[in-house]
Amino acid sequence: MPPPTGPNLSARHASDATLALTMATSSAAASPASAGHPAGHEALVRDLQAALGPASVLHLFEDIIAFEYDATIERALPEVVVFPGTTADVSAAVRIAEQYLRPVVPRGSGSGLSGGAVPLTGGVLVVLTKMNRILEIDVANRVAVVQPGVINLQLQEALAPKGLLFAPDPSSQRVCSIGGNVANNSGGPHTLAHGSTVNHVLGLEVVLPGGRVARLGGRLADTPGIDLRGLFVGSEGTLGVVTEVTVRLVRTAPAVRTLVAVFDSVEAASEAVSAIIRRGIIPVALEMLDREIIRLVEPRIHAGYPLDAGAVLLVEVEGLAEGVDADGASVEEACRGAGAREIRVARTAGERDRLWEARRVGIGAIGAAAPAFYLLDGVVPRSKLPEVMHGVMETSARYGFRVANIFHAGDGNLHPNLMFDPDDEGATARVLACAEEIMRLCVDAGGAVTGEHGIGLEKRSYLEWIYSPADLAAMNAVRVAFGGAERFNPCKMLPGGHGCASGHGAEALNAMRRGSDSV
Amino acid sequence: MTTTHEAHPLRFVGVDIPSKADLQNCIHCGFCLPSCPTYIATGQELESPRGRLHLISAVVDGRIEATERVLGHLDLCLQCRACETACPSSVPYGRIMEDARASIMANAPAAQPPAWRGRALFLREVLARPSRLRVALAFGRLYTRSGLQALVRGPLGATIREMLPPALVRLESSAPVLDRAPFRETGTLAAPSAGGSSTRVALLLGCLQGEMYPGVHEATVRVLQHVGCEVVSPEGQGCCGALHSHAGDVETARALARRNIAAFERAGVEAVIVNAAGCGAAMKEYGHLLRHDAHWAERAQRFSEGVRDVLEFVASRDFASGLGKVERTVTLQDACHLAHAQRIREAPRAILGAIPGLRLVEMRTPDRCCGSAGLYSVVQPAMSATILEAKMADIASTGAETICTSNPGCTIQIEAGVRRAGLDAEVCHVIEVLDEAIRAGR
Repeated sequence: MPPPTGPNLSARHASDATLALTMATSSAAASPASAGHPAGHEALVRDLQAALGPASVLHLFEDIIAFEYDATIERALPEVVVFPGTTADVSAAVRIAEQYLRPVVPRGSGSGLSGGAVPLTGGVLVVLTKMNRILEIDVANRVAVVQPGVINLQLQEALAPKGLLFAPDPSSQRVCSIGGNVANNSGGPHTLAHGSTVNHVLGLEVVLPGGRVARLGGRLADTPGIDLRGLFVGSEGTLGVVTEVTVRLVRTAPAVRTLVAVFDSVEAASEAVSAIIRRGIIPVALEMLDREIIRLVEPRIHAGYPLDAGAVLLVEVEGLAEGVDADGASVEEACRGAGAREIRVARTAGERDRLWEARRVGIGAIGAAAPAFYLLDGVVPRSKLPEVMHGVMETSARYGFRVANIFHAGDGNLHPNLMFDPDDEGATARVLACAEEIMRLCVDAGGAVTGEHGIGLEKRSYLEWIYSPADLAAMNAVRVAFGGAERFNPCKMLPGGHGCASGHGAEALNAMRRGSDSV
Repeated sequence: MTTTHEAHPLRFVGVDIPSKADLQNCIHCGFCLPSCPTYIATGQELESPRGRLHLISAVVDGRIEATERVLGHLDLCLQCRACETACPSSVPYGRIMEDARASIMANAPAAQPPAWRGRALFLREVLARPSRLRVALAFGRLYTRSGLQALVRGPLGATIREMLPPALVRLESSAPVLDRAPFRETGTLAAPSAGGSSTRVALLLGCLQGEMYPGVHEATVRVLQHVGCEVVSPEGQGCCGALHSHAGDVETARALARRNIAAFERAGVEAVIVNAAGCGAAMKEYGHLLRHDAHWAERAQRFSEGVRDVLEFVASRDFASGLGKVERTVTLQDACHLAHAQRIREAPRAILGAIPGLRLVEMRTPDRCCGSAGLYSVVQPAMSATILEAKMADIASTGAETICTSNPGCTIQIEAGVRRAGLDAEVCHVIEVLDEAIRAGR
């Protein structure tokens, strides 16, 4: 039965829908011994150990418990965790999992923001952290070939001395893996000008059903045949496991200017975003940080954000020196026109680094300010930013939640963070209801339900708000072509599926906490 | 049953069980992973701060028992606290790990893991007891002075080394060269200046610094005098208890803390100066350590507020006038308990940067642990060696002749690394280089 969806999906429905998950998870939590593994568990473990080596397979409860999470509040235990070192290892793991009718869930650094690496129906979790070598950097052709476990920043650091970079730069770039970037079609502050991961992946090596290894795309921008590379990027591990990535590199800009425009309100800063875009300038980055965020990060980072600001825009323009001067001046004008009370320009690389560091740690800093928070990822047309932001502030106030906003304003990619205490009776359900209203605002404004964090578990039901049954059927057909919904990362991205409870794990977590308190 | 069968399933017990409030700060973002030396070495979530916090939470919640495997993951943690620097949510990881270890050691002795009990016993019965520690070190001194150490380490020692078990040879190669008389002076170490404007401060002698590296104390006293201080060394002070806290023996740590607080309070000083980063970090946390103790909590908090690392203290005063040249290429290893635990990074750089002729070449990730970590290099020799090897490669690529540290544990470890890598470099405390510059300026 498909879960209830659309505007009628009330908090009450959400909590009913998660009941099955809650019960499953908490029984596993309370008593690992009674959880019971599906038939053939011992043989599955034995075969995986024989293929990958015993040191690369974890199956004890006290070990796999550290693989039940990503950076969301979703939780689910895998049955077995494997650490392949080669494509052949991945292929063997996929083949063995298939033989025992177990799903395969790929995992990189576990820093995802949509529950994508949380193995909702158990199975074999393929952790790619050991496949972390940069295989080739071809400066002349601006191409790099990397294994999926390479950390985004590790690649950037290897490229920097050569005057090159990999454009996608998620704020989690110091930990997120390139494989994860591919799975989620990750963005980042600088994708405003450069585009998200799909624009920077030329080729992939993937393991498909049966453990077959295929190469999609290549080293050139255009390859003949059906563009399966594009299909794979952003498929969140539902079609196969990526084992090698060929990426396009861009040149580091000769000149860059980073400036901070200070506003009295989120709405005024939103007006400035629209004004900048209207002028036809595309900054490489255009980020907003609101008062809550500034007050959390500034005392720690000392970047120079004024504590009494309602919101700031962090804007970066780059290019040739003359162009940067002209664009910078135009951005300043647009901001002042929208009511900026002050513009600060970073004078040194150190100042620029600190401004960005504050941006990078901003979401994490909320963790220190509230017992829990719910991070949303919605997209709106930039022209609608002022009215939607007004709606975000109004909605969260109406529900009584503190909200912190730190997001890619230039892309219209919102990240409201609703702060709450899961121990408050009903708070989790109210957060989900509030989040849903905000997502509804985005969709009604002509936007989308994810900017860059992926659909994963958390936003599956929202897909039905923006796609027709026929649209979703087309997506499902692709999944069927790649082995079906039960093969790779079940219950992710697309609504419904066998054994898939609704993904709002906040409710499950809450129940788990209550459950453990009563033990 | 999927959990390991054990005779004595362990849980956390006692008053130090990690608090839910501390644990809930972790949002599982994973920003700590790439800062963690053991995660870097293994690529394994279970050897990462986030993984360990999750295991600790699971033990607190009663989802798992503290089995040998679980404790193994806690044990592999260096407690370097680099994850605290990386953490955007301000998770007090060091405190949680110490609380977790204390809650294991709060189990009945027979239930404690034998290795943990043995470690605590050594720390309590040797390190915390100066008379016994001195006897042990006297043997070390004899070993050095008799020439036996040089013989074993020299070309002629090859045969001897082949005859000994490899583990012992490795341990031997980590041992410091004890060729100096120890520094054990108490009373007034530097008299007040004639003008009467000097600041009265006290110096922590510590358990090992004065015994192994007396030159650091001598330099500290001269530098403090240079910046206008009267320096005293109160009777009755002793080991700071840092290693005891790290090992979960909080009762011994608390006893040592109380003794030090009483001794330094009697001295009536404006600041307690510490030249071992690990000790300074622990003493700045006495307030937390004694929080349950009605009689001591407030005194401990007040005491902690007066503790200063020598580099932090000196950098805040007028130290740069009249410095002579020290023509040398230097690289700086940030002590973890200075950079991460005390958040002091600028002070050593400001001091080295002010010395004429000195060229500071930064290594890659100077704030990554060297693998010393108190007793870690002894109890986790393999991981310690892996981490040290990477550190020595970073150091070698700077071409530095002098490697500066700010903690005796780091000095012992990096000296061993220098010997193993065959580098031609000396290892010393930042304060010794400043002392050299002061003397060169006279």
